Amino acid sequence: MKKRIVGYTDKISVAPGEIIDFKVTTDDIPRYHADIVRLISCDHDPTGSGTKEEVIETAVSGDYDGRWQETYAGSYAVIDDAAPFDALESFTLQAMVWPTTPDLGRQVLLGKWSEADETGYALVIDDDGALALMIGDGPGAARVVSTGLALSERIWCFVGASFDASSGTVHLYQEAMIEYPLRESTIELEATVAAGAPGRNDAPFMIAAAHGGTARGEDFGARHYNGKIDSPRVANRALGLEEMSGLMHRPIPSEAQSDMVAAWDFARGIRSTRIEDASANKLHGRLVNLPTRAMMGYNWTGSEMNWRHAPEQYGAIHFHHDDIYDAGWETDFSLTVPDGLASGVYCARLDSGDEVDRIPFVVRPPRGSATNDVAFLIPTASYMAYANEHHGVDSAGSEVMMGHLTGLKPEDLMLNEHREWGYSLYEHHADGSGVCYSSRLRPVLNWRPGYTNPWIGTAGTAAWQWPADNHITAWLDAMGHGCDFITDEDLHAEGLGLLERYRCVLTGSHPEYYSTRMWDAVDGYLGQGGRFMYLGGKGFYWRIAYHDELDGVLELRRAEDGIRDWVADPGEYYHSFSGEYGGLWRRNGRPPQGLVGVGMATQGFDISGYYRRMPDAENPRVAFAFDGVDGDIIGDFGTVGGGAAGLELDRRDFRLGSPPHTLVLATSEGLSPLYFLCPEEVDNVGPTVSAQDDNNARGDVTFMETANGGAVFSTSSISWAGSLSWNGFNNNVSKITDNVLRRFLDPAPF
Amino acid sequence: MTTIDASRKDLVAEFRKTPVGHQSVELQKLMNVMRGEGFPGKHVLICTKPYEEWRLGRLSGVRGKAIEVVEGVVYTSIEEAEWEVFKIRWMALTGEELD
Repeated sequence: MKKRIVGYTDKISVAPGEIIDFKVTTDDIPRYHADIVRLISCDHDPTGSGTKEEVIETAVSGDYDGRWQETYAGSYAVIDDAAPFDALESFTLQAMVWPTTPDLGRQVLLGKWSEADETGYALVIDDDGALALMIGDGPGAARVVSTGLALSERIWCFVGASFDASSGTVHLYQEAMIEYPLRESTIELEATVAAGAPGRNDAPFMIAAAHGGTARGEDFGARHYNGKIDSPRVANRALGLEEMSGLMHRPIPSEAQSDMVAAWDFARGIRSTRIEDASANKLHGRLVNLPTRAMMGYNWTGSEMNWRHAPEQYGAIHFHHDDIYDAGWETDFSLTVPDGLASGVYCARLDSGDEVDRIPFVVRPPRGSATNDVAFLIPTASYMAYANEHHGVDSAGSEVMMGHLTGLKPEDLMLNEHREWGYSLYEHHADGSGVCYSSRLRPVLNWRPGYTNPWIGTAGTAAWQWPADNHITAWLDAMGHGCDFITDEDLHAEGLGLLERYRCVLTGSHPEYYSTRMWDAVDGYLGQGGRFMYLGGKGFYWRIAYHDELDGVLELRRAEDGIRDWVADPGEYYHSFSGEYGGLWRRNGRPPQGLVGVGMATQGFDISGYYRRMPDAENPRVAFAFDGVDGDIIGDFGTVGGGAAGLELDRRDFRLGSPPHTLVLATSEGLSPLYFLCPEEVDNVGPTVSAQDDNNARGDVTFMETANGGAVFSTSSISWAGSLSWNGFNNNVSKITDNVLRRFLDPAPF
Repeated sequence: MTTIDASRKDLVAEFRKTPVGHQSVELQKLMNVMRGEGFPGKHVLICTKPYEEWRLGRLSGVRGKAIEVVEGVVYTSIEEAEWEVFKIRWMALTGEELD
């Protein structure tokens, strides 16, 4: 039942002549066969377009050995120069901490601890949730002193430990910043253990983890800490409490500099993965697996919400044991994309005999060129946002919202058991904090042709994101439209120059996540006469940020409004990757209505409705769209919920910036009672928030001209694409889409 | 807290006719309780042949724990699966077996 073969690539978009690496893991599958295929269609719905793919003759074709490749999740900081920490005999370790799972067993805050041979030293939260100092002398021989007082969850606490190797004296300090009556939260303790330096090891100094070992030439962590750390310090002798307090100042007092080994200031370099040591020793470090930066520190006052304005109040990093950036698997095979290979959606098809996995990627046209007049802008940012979403398994409440039983697939069963492959932007970490970074450098099991989401459509039978966008790929092929394929990552990197080569650009079914550069590129394209077919719903909704230095990862802060599966803490609304305010584009002065004429209105996940033709459809400006279309009911069929108006729908709203000449060609009907207005449409509580009661919970198919002869056609519905293939692509949804595309390719200005 | 009125067999009949989609307000309220079944043991379907065959599973609510597959239960339509799980939940909430 469970999937047993899966892989990922180092890139998502490659041009002819470029190399793409494939990384594969198998669970008890000794051999598999791999081919590169061009994917036209992959829809298992009995009324759908079926599976259509072409094997491409490449050097990849062949048999390969299966193997399991481990993934080491969990974030930490590591300082590569170990010598100054090796030299320590007496020392002090201290930090401000905000633990989120103090009851989850031993977690290392900072130190040079080897979990394998139990040597070195570390300040930890122990099995009782209390602060402890561990001095390791070998297996089972640690000298340990604990305060015995459990730390409180989500309360800043000063923690410090000093050790005098000559006397064996240990001092422990644990002081919560918030004290409650009837609850002890501060303790100062002196104890004596055996004298002598800690046992030596080859482990690096790490923050938020112990050294777990090495694999594939890289260190990995163990005993990961969940929570924030601010201002960690290491001193080269046993300091007293007053001296420790002095080290919390920025800058470090000059009289203390000679004591310092390291004083990391996480408020520096927030957009990077580097941590800077503010001491004279400059023992800088690097972050692994992307812990969350730009987090409110212990000294955040609430007077400033933007970390760029007061970085000194954002000196915390939030570490999670389930953070993951790059799974780091070895490459099993590579493809040099053949010259002349047509732009398209491709997969490495892995066939074990019992099971097939398809690892998707996009071949774009040769760089700097276009090979067709039409481009399909594959919304890879949105795929990444949903990467490895677990709601079907982890959320008991989702069935109420969806209105049907959850239907799990082999991908869900495998993903459930491999939490090291990380989470989507829709989930919480195990410690309850929101996931705000998502990478594609890991196996992403819901980014698979033919997969249907367990909570979308009856019994989870509806395609979503990549599989749903395969409906558009299949339609383009069936209708004979040549098309180039480009991705959000290409758009973010190259901007308007990428789009302006095309007469018409198509979106996917749910292009929800946009960076500023992506938005500006689309806006610029429309301003110079581009034609844009928005073939989906709830697009241009969240502002995201890509990382300046790292490939394949994006950030979202779920700020003050919108449909939020988690909610960023006030004070943490600004992206660490870019410094930009996160959240809805609507709350960033750019409602999507101003870009494409419509914006998010309602959502539901049981059945889809249909569209009814509106009088504007007869307007001569857009009459071409309905050429050859009889009747007023559009799309009362389809593989996604049974209709073309479904899942998430947008409507025209002049108040939010729909241009005054925006025409509504059709409006949704037949939405179930489980379609509700989105939260940003609801300013006060009341009983009329469903599609049954509020006419604003609807979708509008719209058309509008843009500057310099351009135009935008918006289907305003995620399920539109799922209706294209109905009746062998001979239906009114397909016809309207085709009419619009053909007119949009006509250079005659609108 | 919404409770279930076991005498409302009209809602049971409505569910059999319309397990998903356009339901009456009263059936929706009933389904909010039924579908709100919590952890551990929440029932789910496990698709074994796309659009053809489903098994019955139960969720633990514990991240990473393997999903329990209920032995011997196979559904060949979504409507059958919805009805069979409805009966299981009705029994748990009312103590009454539905035909």
